[in-house]
Amino acid sequence: MIDVNSGAVHAVDKLLFLLLDHVTPPLFELPEKTAIDGYSGAEILEALLDIRELYGIGQLYSDDDYEKYAENMVLSPIKAMCLNVSHDCNLRCEYCFAETGDYAQGRAVMSAETGKAAIDFLISHSKDRQNLEVDFFGGEPLLNFDAVKEIVSHARSKEKAHNKNFRFTITTNGLLLDDEKIDYINAEMENVVLSLDGRRGVNDRVRRRADGSGSYGDVLPKLQKLVAKRGGKDYYVRGTFTKYNMDFSDDVAALHKLGFDQISIEPVVAPKQMPYALTGEDLPRIFDEYEKLRDVLVNEKRAGNGYNFFHFMLDLDQGPCVIKRLRGCGCGNEYVAVTPDGGIYPCHQFIGYDGWRMGSVHDQSFDLGMKDMFSKISVYQKDECKTCWAKFYCSGGCSANNMRYEGDVKKPVKLTCDIEKKRLECAIAMKAELAEDSPVVV
Amino acid sequence: MKYVKTLNKPNLKETAAKGGCGKCQASCQSACKTSCTVANQKCEK
Repeated sequence: MIDVNSGAVHAVDKLLFLLLDHVTPPLFELPEKTAIDGYSGAEILEALLDIRELYGIGQLYSDDDYEKYAENMVLSPIKAMCLNVSHDCNLRCEYCFAETGDYAQGRAVMSAETGKAAIDFLISHSKDRQNLEVDFFGGEPLLNFDAVKEIVSHARSKEKAHNKNFRFTITTNGLLLDDEKIDYINAEMENVVLSLDGRRGVNDRVRRRADGSGSYGDVLPKLQKLVAKRGGKDYYVRGTFTKYNMDFSDDVAALHKLGFDQISIEPVVAPKQMPYALTGEDLPRIFDEYEKLRDVLVNEKRAGNGYNFFHFMLDLDQGPCVIKRLRGCGCGNEYVAVTPDGGIYPCHQFIGYDGWRMGSVHDQSFDLGMKDMFSKISVYQKDECKTCWAKFYCSGGCSANNMRYEGDVKKPVKLTCDIEKKRLECAIAMKAELAEDSPVVV
Repeated sequence: MKYVKTLNKPNLKETAAKGGCGKCQASCQSACKTSCTVANQKCEK
């Protein structure tokens, strides 16, 4: 049982759960002749005392008094940048949200000079933020690796003078990895996101080269080598599931068997008319898979072979503050993406969509009106979120997803919400199961 | 309490008073790049 506004997560006896249907705050008066099958009057009174105690300490029916913080991030510095160093790719993945790499803008790579200008833009707009994140993204960033190295070197040269700490990440399909690139990435990149979809057949059906051949055989040993030499630094093997592999829990298990222990498998982002797109009809099957995955992860953890599935990772005690939880990823406000020509967009998923270009790192132009609009987006601006129990976990969803499929950055996509809520249910239930060492009904 | 076991130390109210420093990671940068879960991020204060 979750108390949404305090963040309390309670494992409760069935009696207490049933009793909540009979009483209401603030007095929780028990209607005369209240009976709950299988429980004595004395037990019901004991459970009632527990309910009153939880309420008294602010862990049940607590108030949502956070709306006053909804505009706390207006005028926020920019602290994160997605640097699209390559709008080209050596794969032609069927489901690519970037239109097989070029974002429908034509194939191009970023010059080192543009990348350096982007770093300078980030520094100049970061005010007092010390930690600055830059993700090398694409397309495939290894197609432009010399520029990556020049950009990293430029940023490092500026850290001391500007009191900044750059944290680089790279998202790659791994095809062009070699020993030199692996060693460089492991030295410089705080996190690495490695694209692979799980089982060979699943991966090669969609993650193909231009000639139609699959990529799994070439990619897998390179990813394994990179991870083996990672030295404990963060990484994720990140796959996508589609209508083609609704049994995606088997892909997670397959990745684990291959030696990976930091795994993310995400639902495909696609228009519903595409053959691989997920739709509302798929939800029961998707939910079953998440349940199955939860069982697998709990059993592996109990057996001492635990591993992480990104969307089941929740720290119920030390997560982000509620002020961050009100507004989500920070796109267009604390976070921007830069294209090979130096164009600035709210995030990588807005690239290629008319009307969302915010400026250019070359002339330092930047649409502060659009930044202001993004800075004010919070769960309180979204009707669907205001009353949702998951609002402080997902924080209102993905603005780009909302724009693409609902035509409004403030209108959550129901399918995405349903999937997210199921993942959160499973993540919280896992915590309860591992704490209680017993099954939990969700 | 006999019928309840609280699994965490609920502190959202406290974080409202002390939070908002902005030192934490932008949530989309970590692994997904296509969907948003904020609660799995770390507080870096």
